Amino acid sequence: MNNPLSTITLFFSLLLLQVLILNNILFLGFINPYVYIAFVFYFPLKENRIPFLFYCFLLGISIDFFSDTGGIHAISIVFIAYIRLFFIRLYLKKTAIDYPFFNLNSEPFGKVFNYVVTLTVIHHFIYFSFANFSFQNFSNVLLNTLFSSIFTLILFFLGAFIFKKKN
Amino acid sequence: MQQIIYFFQKFKYFLFFLLLEIIALSLTFNNLDFHRSKFVNSANNLTGGFYSQYSNISDFFNLRTENKRLSEENTYLKNLLAKKSYLDSLKELEFTVIDSSKFKQKYSYTAAKIINNNYSKQFNFLTVNKGQKDGISKEMAAFNSKGIIGITENTSTNYTRIQSILNRDSRINARLKNTNYFGTLSWDGKDYKTVQLYDIPRQAPLKIGDTIETDGKSTIFPEGILIGTISKINNGNTADNKVDVTLFNDMSNLGYIYIVKNFDKIEIKNLENNE
Repeated sequence: MNNPLSTITLFFSLLLLQVLILNNILFLGFINPYVYIAFVFYFPLKENRIPFLFYCFLLGISIDFFSDTGGIHAISIVFIAYIRLFFIRLYLKKTAIDYPFFNLNSEPFGKVFNYVVTLTVIHHFIYFSFANFSFQNFSNVLLNTLFSSIFTLILFFLGAFIFKKKN
Repeated sequence: MQQIIYFFQKFKYFLFFLLLEIIALSLTFNNLDFHRSKFVNSANNLTGGFYSQYSNISDFFNLRTENKRLSEENTYLKNLLAKKSYLDSLKELEFTVIDSSKFKQKYSYTAAKIINNNYSKQFNFLTVNKGQKDGISKEMAAFNSKGIIGITENTSTNYTRIQSILNRDSRINARLKNTNYFGTLSWDGKDYKTVQLYDIPRQAPLKIGDTIETDGKSTIFPEGILIGTISKINNGNTADNKVDVTLFNDMSNLGYIYIVKNFDKIEIKNLENNE
């Protein structure tokens, strides 16, 4: 996961997966998974965070281009990209020395679960609040956040389990 | 000076984060504004080309329903034609007018294929595979044989983005069929099968099941395009007099549509702005 080529592959495969397949799921008419945020979880930790923030912005804005949402995906993914480090310190207890050796797959499942769930819920809440863009139908925002988060998390953990390299 | 450089170094991540968020926010605000949405939309050549490739494949799955809809529409038009030729033959018995200068075309129709369709968000847009090259510009009506779909909003050379009626910003002039009572059609963002009609006069004889169609008063929609049937009437004495309208169209399953150009639009607009 530390070489640039796999990052680029991840970027484009997540983008295409999201816009061509996942955006058309609409389970029960409104529940949609947003698995592209896996990019934030799998991007290697580095001391210099500016490229990371920039790539996340690029991914978000590309998805916005495809789904006609202005800049909403970009807002929410850049936000969780910025606060990622805080939750890595909080849940996974990593310091600057651990960054080059950090690998999400080798961490204990419970901690990874907390970390992924928190960021997913925050992302979805910001996304749906901006997509709704008013205080009308606010219960819809909460329901959408809840159901879509569950859907995203199921897909993310299934995908992580399938693509996990056997050591 | 050193203080400022130190400040920038200390907060460089946060400042960069703020910069990106401000860019994204301004794009969002631009997108919500009907007249200024230019930057981020799926009517550019890259995303449009992508979607048209994708819909080339996925279209095969809808061929059956699309064929059925087309044959229904053909039957309807054939019937209309038969009725018209009968009426014409009656007229010819009485008098004949041959005057080609009196012929005037007011609308022209362009068929287009939907290559991207949203209906689950609050602000929904569609993308179709016709653009400026085919004479499509801003603020033209889009509909199919079952009813209205939206208004064109943004065009590139080959693609057009349509503001769906399922968009909270959408406002369309509509009336009760066979009367002249009109109101404003908009959407509350809840159910993709139901839109709301506001400000229809209280004395209008509304009944559940009545048909709502477009009114010829706007320069965008031709008169008499179907919208839906009334499904709920608000009997309370509220100021906006809201009526729920169930759409004829299933907005989640759309294939080919028509885009209407009104040749008189500029003339009418000029006249109205002259005052």
